Amino acid sequence: MTLFAVACAAIYPLFHTGRPWHAAYWLLPLPNPYLAVWPNFRSPLVWDVFAVSTYATVSLLFWYVGLIPDLATLRDRARGLRAKIFGVASLGWRGSARMWLNYEKAYLILAAVSTPLVLSVHSIVSFDFATSVLPGWHTTIFPPYFVAGAIFSGFAMVITLMVIARWALNLEYLITIRHLENMNKVILATGTIVGYSYATEFFIAWYSGNPYERFVFINRAFGPYAWAYWSMVTCNVVSPQFFWSKKLRTSVPFMFVLSIFVNIGMWFERFVIIGTSLHRDFLPSSWGYFRPTAVDMLTFFGTFGLFVTLFLAFCRFLPVIAISEIKGMMANESMHDAVHGTAYGPAPAGQPSVPEVLEGGRH
Amino acid sequence: MLPFFRNNAVNENPIYAVVALFDRPEDLVKAGAEMHHGRGYTKLDAYSPFPIHGIDEAIGNPPSILGYIVFVCGLFGLVNAVFMIWYTNGYDYPLVIGGKPLFAWEFSVPVMFELTVLLSAFGAVLGMLYLNGLPRFYHPLMNFSRFGEHTDDKYLLVVQSSDPKFDVEEVRSVLGQLGAATTEVVEA
Repeated sequence: MTLFAVACAAIYPLFHTGRPWHAAYWLLPLPNPYLAVWPNFRSPLVWDVFAVSTYATVSLLFWYVGLIPDLATLRDRARGLRAKIFGVASLGWRGSARMWLNYEKAYLILAAVSTPLVLSVHSIVSFDFATSVLPGWHTTIFPPYFVAGAIFSGFAMVITLMVIARWALNLEYLITIRHLENMNKVILATGTIVGYSYATEFFIAWYSGNPYERFVFINRAFGPYAWAYWSMVTCNVVSPQFFWSKKLRTSVPFMFVLSIFVNIGMWFERFVIIGTSLHRDFLPSSWGYFRPTAVDMLTFFGTFGLFVTLFLAFCRFLPVIAISEIKGMMANESMHDAVHGTAYGPAPAGQPSVPEVLEGGRH
Repeated sequence: MLPFFRNNAVNENPIYAVVALFDRPEDLVKAGAEMHHGRGYTKLDAYSPFPIHGIDEAIGNPPSILGYIVFVCGLFGLVNAVFMIWYTNGYDYPLVIGGKPLFAWEFSVPVMFELTVLLSAFGAVLGMLYLNGLPRFYHPLMNFSRFGEHTDDKYLLVVQSSDPKFDVEEVRSVLGQLGAATTEVVEA
């Protein structure tokens, strides 16, 4: 999901550069015949280039490394052309103990280095705003506020996709209600943090005594974009509060609808932050009202198409659940139970072996 | 040399190994431990559809050195970031922007962090592939008649012919006693 969303998001800044075929020289420190000057590393926009491209690259590596053993499993079960394609993609993986040892180490390291990337990528995106001098953007709360918002909307988007995939691919026993419930608890917590951030922004705008800050925030809530602001508050702050109820947060249809609300709310958050700070400048003669053009809207809907196409292609051709991880988990549990007994008593004599359990799932 | 171009024809021995197939991971670990610690075989390898914890101790695999490779790569990324920012903005084409210093560690931190992470990730993936000898599209184990079942639900213990104690008949009978479902001599 990360990869496909980054692919969609990349479209906007790339087109925004006007000449995407030259964008590499402007964005990255590449020696080139067009510009003698280098990118300015004092600018958060350049930090953002590094943050987003690192995030995308590490996510791609993480995703691919996770797939290698499963691609080998598919290779050994496929015939003909498919077997050849999976054979090349799995890089000749054989699953020896040496290989697994290095593999698990690599996977652990990738997980460890990509976790802080979640924090860094959203903090640095928020620096793009926070280091500017525009009222409404120039605030130190932005990094934690953006990180909380990212986790909030990320979990909601995963719920949206997972609820459908779980139903369509019969994954109810692998992605259980307990998983979904815990994700909804994260949505509740981060949604509440996001709501607290909105309140803090308003408090600081008043407490700073800065007339421009005060104006921007009063204008944000009661000006021409009030409809967008209150849609955002309803979707992001009010709607996750339903998850205090255990009945609602374990109801699949309810969480699906609510996750859509959160997705809409987080879209409005970006719209409100960008639109309300820009539409009324320091000079009232340059005030205006933003209306998206047909090109804006079609680009936006196009990213929906791109995302859904990539996601469905992934579900169609590649394993959505890591096969080797599930096998390992089942085997370790069964080995554990064989030695120590289950939670319900000692190990039964005629307990099915791991392969039998796995066979049961296959036939 | 890159694993892809490695010459596989050096070994003149027509036999690659004796391969034993097990149905349960516990049996594989037990048999591996007996072969290595009990009977002193050293050129062992175990194949499984998922990582089995304890197999490395059982067949005497040394710990992975990947962590050191990643550390060196990450350090290279960090140094590289500092050098790149100093060289481009502070030395090669200095421009005063907003009265800020031409080079300072404070504004270098984000790019230092990102390049450390990026190069660590490349080090982890490429290092893992290098240590595992991948990509490699041919391996003598593919001559095993049931190759492929070990990525599904079977477990293989391989005693290579390069082992000093290697003797086809003895290895086969021992592996049979240790609970192997089948044993097979695989050609190089």
